[in-house]
Amino acid sequence: MNSSLQEVLDQANQIILGKEKAIRLALCCLLARGHLLIEDIPGVGKTTLAHTLARVLGLEFQRIQFTSDLLPGDILGVSVYEQQGQQGRFVFHQGPIFAHLVLADEVNRASPKTQSALLEAMEERQITSDGVTRPLPDPFFVIATQNPQYQIGTFPLPESQLDRFLMRIEIGYPPEDAERALLGARARRDVLKEIQPCMNAGQLMAVQKQVENITCSSALLDYILAIIRHTRESGHFSEGLSPRAGLALRHAAQAWALLNDRSMALPEDVQAILPAVVNHRLQPADHDSPDTHAMADQLLRAVAIP
Amino acid sequence: MNMLQRRPAPAITLQLLACLVMVVLPHTPHLHPWIWFCFGALTCWRAMAALRHWSMPARWLRLLLALLVFVGVYVTYGRINGQQGGIALLVALLAIKLTETDTLRDHIVAALLAYFVLISQFLFSQELIMVLWLAAGAWLVTATLLSLSHPQSALPYKVSIRHSAMLLLQAAPLMLVFFILFPRIPGPLWGLPSDSGAARSGLTDSMSPGDIGHLVTTDEIAFRVTYAGNAPPPDRSYWRGPVFESFDGRTWRQSADYVTGNVAGLSSRALEPMGTGVEYEVTLEPNRQKWLFTLDMPVQVPADARISRAGFVLAKKEVTERRLYAASSVLNYRLQSALPESERQRNLQLPAQRNPRTRNQAQAWRSQGLTDQQIVNKALQRFRQEPFTYTLQPPTLGIDSIDEFLFDTQRGFCEHFASSFAYQMRAAGIPARIVTGYQGGEFNELGGYYILRQSDAHAWTEVWLQGQGWLRIDPTAAVAPDRIELGLSAALPLGESMATALARRTQEGLWRSLRLRWDWVNNSWYRWVLAYGPELQEEILGRFGIRGWGNMILALTIMGSAFLGALGLVLIWRLQRSRVNDPVQNLWLLFCRKMQRQGLARAPHEGPLDYAERLSAHLPAKARTIRRIARLYIRLRYGHATTDPDERALREFRQAVRAFSAG
Repeated sequence: MNSSLQEVLDQANQIILGKEKAIRLALCCLLARGHLLIEDIPGVGKTTLAHTLARVLGLEFQRIQFTSDLLPGDILGVSVYEQQGQQGRFVFHQGPIFAHLVLADEVNRASPKTQSALLEAMEERQITSDGVTRPLPDPFFVIATQNPQYQIGTFPLPESQLDRFLMRIEIGYPPEDAERALLGARARRDVLKEIQPCMNAGQLMAVQKQVENITCSSALLDYILAIIRHTRESGHFSEGLSPRAGLALRHAAQAWALLNDRSMALPEDVQAILPAVVNHRLQPADHDSPDTHAMADQLLRAVAIP
Repeated sequence: MNMLQRRPAPAITLQLLACLVMVVLPHTPHLHPWIWFCFGALTCWRAMAALRHWSMPARWLRLLLALLVFVGVYVTYGRINGQQGGIALLVALLAIKLTETDTLRDHIVAALLAYFVLISQFLFSQELIMVLWLAAGAWLVTATLLSLSHPQSALPYKVSIRHSAMLLLQAAPLMLVFFILFPRIPGPLWGLPSDSGAARSGLTDSMSPGDIGHLVTTDEIAFRVTYAGNAPPPDRSYWRGPVFESFDGRTWRQSADYVTGNVAGLSSRALEPMGTGVEYEVTLEPNRQKWLFTLDMPVQVPADARISRAGFVLAKKEVTERRLYAASSVLNYRLQSALPESERQRNLQLPAQRNPRTRNQAQAWRSQGLTDQQIVNKALQRFRQEPFTYTLQPPTLGIDSIDEFLFDTQRGFCEHFASSFAYQMRAAGIPARIVTGYQGGEFNELGGYYILRQSDAHAWTEVWLQGQGWLRIDPTAAVAPDRIELGLSAALPLGESMATALARRTQEGLWRSLRLRWDWVNNSWYRWVLAYGPELQEEILGRFGIRGWGNMILALTIMGSAFLGALGLVLIWRLQRSRVNDPVQNLWLLFCRKMQRQGLARAPHEGPLDYAERLSAHLPAKARTIRRIARLYIRLRYGHATTDPDERALREFRQAVRAFSAG
């Protein structure tokens, strides 16, 4: 594998202990040019994960704390009238979204209007303000976090907007030995400051290019198609996967193959990223279904590899 | 753990219990209440076990229950086989089985038993509504079986219901083949003791005062008639049934030759038709008698029946199943214008020393020098002029029943009038006999046929006059002409008709129209489906040269095999189409088969890398070869965006797979 990628993973694992799979998936998501949704209870390291990734990848980082009174202008930026001698003119002041990696913290606490401003920027990779279209930096990622509990006074993202996140991951409690190490060590924030970037934005874009060149054979596409068809036709899900979800599966599988140092994507790659890619896009047909993890697992077992 | 030892989810157990209740429900009429109690209690117990984790009865208790059930069924039904006893035993034992239904295997056994309970219903009824209910039952039981077979017991109801409907629809063509070709065996099904329907109502082989009056209070259908042309008017629609010629002072019976079964036929010369015939088809409900009702007087009858001496049709065998037959009759005729002396004597016979008043009166008429025709008129006139009442509730009559009726009570039903009239004629020396049958009927506009019910049962007389032969005289018509023209309920006093089941029939409007529609659907079901019995099957298949059971079975086998074969070909063709003609994939499948023989089958969703790792862990000695094969396969199958034949790698892969031996 690209040695710098291995370094990125190693560094990140030093900051966030015992969460190799989550970090690998998060990196995979960024390599596939996708936005990431992290859903978990407070205090498990959602924000730290975003920070760490920005730091080790050498990306410009902005954090927006979403609140109910946050306005679209607070994210995108505003035009301000400036007096210069005799003449005055409007000058656009960029909002925090103009960064490589934007952390939208507790995205479900903002009003739908503000959420949709963010989600539109995520999709278009550009913003339009006062009739002027301004491109966002490249690379551009949004890592949004949301808290699944205490939903009072929040605006949960609707299914249509969840689809714009390539992956949704959960972090969960650390394993016991990792937690012991965490308790004994220095504050993560201090450790983070000392970490040296392993990459820069340009190198990251080159890696993204490599991801696109990972081979997807027709046999693999058949497998992805079979999975999608099963979600649409089996009756186990209230709605099937969208074509965008199909593309997401393909890109994520390619990125996962690259992370595993392969030049071709395999069914195993699809299976590895399947839960993260489909769990937030599927609803079980009968709601007394056990839980969403079992859902992806069931889907995986139900579809034979062609 | 063995799959079959798995314990299904409580929801599926409850689904199975619901199915069982549904299939046992239609057996209710022939199950003794205690069987139902036993079944209901044990089913509830099992349901509580699924819902609230109640414990199931212990093994000794189950055995005791089973023993009690055997004894109970024997005591209740007198045997433990036969239709009713057998079903009762089946249901009760099924209930006991439920209490030990724990694993998946037990559930499947119970579901299969449900099919058996379902099909046994056909021993009792083949009505359309029952068939619909049973089809729904089969659908749900199949859905339950599907849910049971799902590995995680997580099949949504919607899916299992849809799939089971599809399975049943797929079975429909096979069902049709079996329906047409499976040999129909005449007589009670499979020679089971036929203990059902012992108490059929209908006309019997004797007539005492009150018999028909009692019969007409039931609303049961006797038969249905479809005319080929126009229907005759009501006053000519007399359906001729058994004729009674022997009288003991109270009860009219058939003569001895009918009782012994050694009865002569009506000679073809005896009946002189006048005018054209009426053709019609009759669907006769089973009445456990040999007679077939025909319009007065029959000329053409079914092949297995004949017109007997007294002019009514006798079949060779009792009618134990619903029967469709065609016949034709003439409405104007002259019957036996020359009466043999023996028959004349038979129809003049009277018990000695009974009913002196009637006898004296008849002899008085005779001594006045009246002709036979005048005596007949005189007697009818007497019914018209004296205050006779037509009623369903006549007073009881003593030993001289005719005298009491004619001179004292003067209240009676058709059998009283017919009986007393025939008596008077015989006393006056005119040959007379009683004819029983049905008269009138209700028209079903929708199906264009008439329904004759037990409430249309009737009795009338025939007298023999010189030069005219047997003449039909209906004394009831003299007393209550409405009975003949408009039907029974119009003729009865208001309070009586309301008090009987007849009240329902006469109501007009929605209820009547719905009832007639339903009767039409049922009749069509019978004519198009159930009537396909041994005779019709022989006739239809005979046209294709298939005769006899052997040939039917042969045709069935050929058709069945052809159907299954065609299905197999379609499936193979689809499999062929879905299997890519890809040497790489075929070699990989060959490798997988080799491993499968070692008990290391690839799961359908298992990727080549994962599989190779698992295999290597099981066969460390072969790990290197296995990994190499997997690597080659991955390269050939997933390494190219398009199918790009990498001949060298393919050759290498082929050699590796062929040379590989897991053992």
